[in-house]
Amino acid sequence: MADEPLVLGIETSCDETGVGIVRGHTLLADAVASSVDEHARYGGVVPEVASRAHLEAMVPTIQRALKQAGVSAGDLDGIAVTAGPGLAGALLVGVSAAKAYAYALGKPLYGVNHLASHICVDQLEHGALPEPTMALLVSGGHSSLLLAPDITGDVRPLGATIDDAAGEAFDKVARVLGLGFPGGPAIDRHARDGDPAAIAFPRGLTGGRDPLYDFSFSGLKTAVARWVEARRRDGRDVPVADVAASFQEAVVDVLTRKAIRACKDNGVDHLMIGGGVAANSRLRSLALERCEGAGIRLRVPRPGLCTDNGAMVAALGAEMVARGRASSTFDLPADSSLPVTEVSVPGHTHDHVHEAARDNLHG
Amino acid sequence: MLLLAFDTATPAVTAALHDGERVLAESTVIDARRHGELLVPAVDRVLSTAGRALADVTGVVVGVGPGPYTGLRVGLVTAASFGDALGVPVHGVCTLDGLAWAAGEAGLEGPFTVATDARRKEVYWACYDGPAVRVTEPAVNRPADLPADVLALPAVGAGAALYPDAFTDRRPDPAHQSAGSLGALAAHRLAAGEAFAPALPLYLRRPDAQVPAGYKAVLPT
Ligand SMILES: [Zn+2]
Repeated sequence: MADEPLVLGIETSCDETGVGIVRGHTLLADAVASSVDEHARYGGVVPEVASRAHLEAMVPTIQRALKQAGVSAGDLDGIAVTAGPGLAGALLVGVSAAKAYAYALGKPLYGVNHLASHICVDQLEHGALPEPTMALLVSGGHSSLLLAPDITGDVRPLGATIDDAAGEAFDKVARVLGLGFPGGPAIDRHARDGDPAAIAFPRGLTGGRDPLYDFSFSGLKTAVARWVEARRRDGRDVPVADVAASFQEAVVDVLTRKAIRACKDNGVDHLMIGGGVAANSRLRSLALERCEGAGIRLRVPRPGLCTDNGAMVAALGAEMVARGRASSTFDLPADSSLPVTEVSVPGHTHDHVHEAARDNLHG
Repeated sequence: MLLLAFDTATPAVTAALHDGERVLAESTVIDARRHGELLVPAVDRVLSTAGRALADVTGVVVGVGPGPYTGLRVGLVTAASFGDALGVPVHGVCTLDGLAWAAGEAGLEGPFTVATDARRKEVYWACYDGPAVRVTEPAVNRPADLPADVLALPAVGAGAALYPDAFTDRRPDPAHQSAGSLGALAAHRLAAGEAFAPALPLYLRRPDAQVPAGYKAVLPT
């Protein structure tokens, strides 16, 4: 399928410097440099530390991806980059690099939305996304239910967290239990030996009059902390595995329940789950069980494609090229609060810079 | 020789083309908040103005700071990316050195100080013995904490203008960083066979990051 668009994608919205290369729906390279270890001692991502690491890793990661894919930069049909949402300074490193490569190589530039990219990455795993697609995105930064009639141009938010992101709750509970950062994998690991029904933790926003598709994890996090502290105060051991399993169950119960409700209400017979929390083994198994029960097809990419990566940006870029969507101008801003409804950021002015780039390159 | 020079370590977003003899074109916009948006269009503009193609560029010259980090990184990652995509060397030049060269072009001779705004009531600064010879390492300090003999020297740059009580002998030119001057300095160094700094950022400060002071209890104690 050599006529499918060959696109390089750059992702620097948080602490991963990701560069991916895809041809249509085929993943050719997925290079990632992570600064997660540098953030661990701070208990969370430090924006300036992340931005410095992106600058150091940017060009080497691009070179590594091109080598991995076995293609030359001149063969690319476009360069896509996360324009937002994310950490402002971190985004700017990726956006600046993408512009420079696109300009120097005479290729179109596509500034795309990080959340839409999380959805689109599943095309690399399970082929073309059905339209509309229902997506549950859960990570340290986002918890959203999205309905996407057109992944390159029409993504509608149905619900989102009103306080903490799901991944944030995992980090905070891991801290209460002394399990370190990032919390997701540690909770998942400990929960395997625990009883998910041991402690009845609250399910946020699941009352009859609560918003159908919004989430809240702040109350749950506090409830876990109270339970653990009361236990410690009484001088009793904290059953870490049971706490982890019961907390995790409360999170994934609400996530899957609301996602399936959204599918049914909107007549969508499949569900895509993405974001770092999609790597959680209990979320995967409960989602599968409930989807099967409801006659819904579940699509979850492999864990490496669920966390932030460049391949997801390339996947959306390739779809934009395939559908002839407008490219971005070279004054593309990095927008830390880019709304999910803006799938891409076409230029606010006439595309004269890109035209000029071709003249200046070949002139 | 065709040098593409730019600097984003100060409020100026400045790009220029230098052919080893003279500045062919320069674009300088003062907008401290939009480095990322303005830089590549500025590069495009100087190429158009000079009627030259990016493929003719033989080297990239970039100001490596010191300067506020978010803007500074725009120039550095753009330079590294151009260098890789075009297969040309990237020459790092201290941003203060560019201002010193411009001060020489404006007629300043002898020892002087260059100071730029480092925010947080501090300046980035270095001392020079003529436009091409820096005699101190770039540093960041409160103006009042600089040695009296440094403050008494003629001073250029926005940092000097901001603190007139400290820098008593201020000179108006250059008011802002100029990629034309940066390119001219790089051409001078290339002609003299001098080595360049690696194109790595001069941050001069560690990242602001607090190691959290343990876990905060939810229950009253
Ligand atoms: Zn993400």
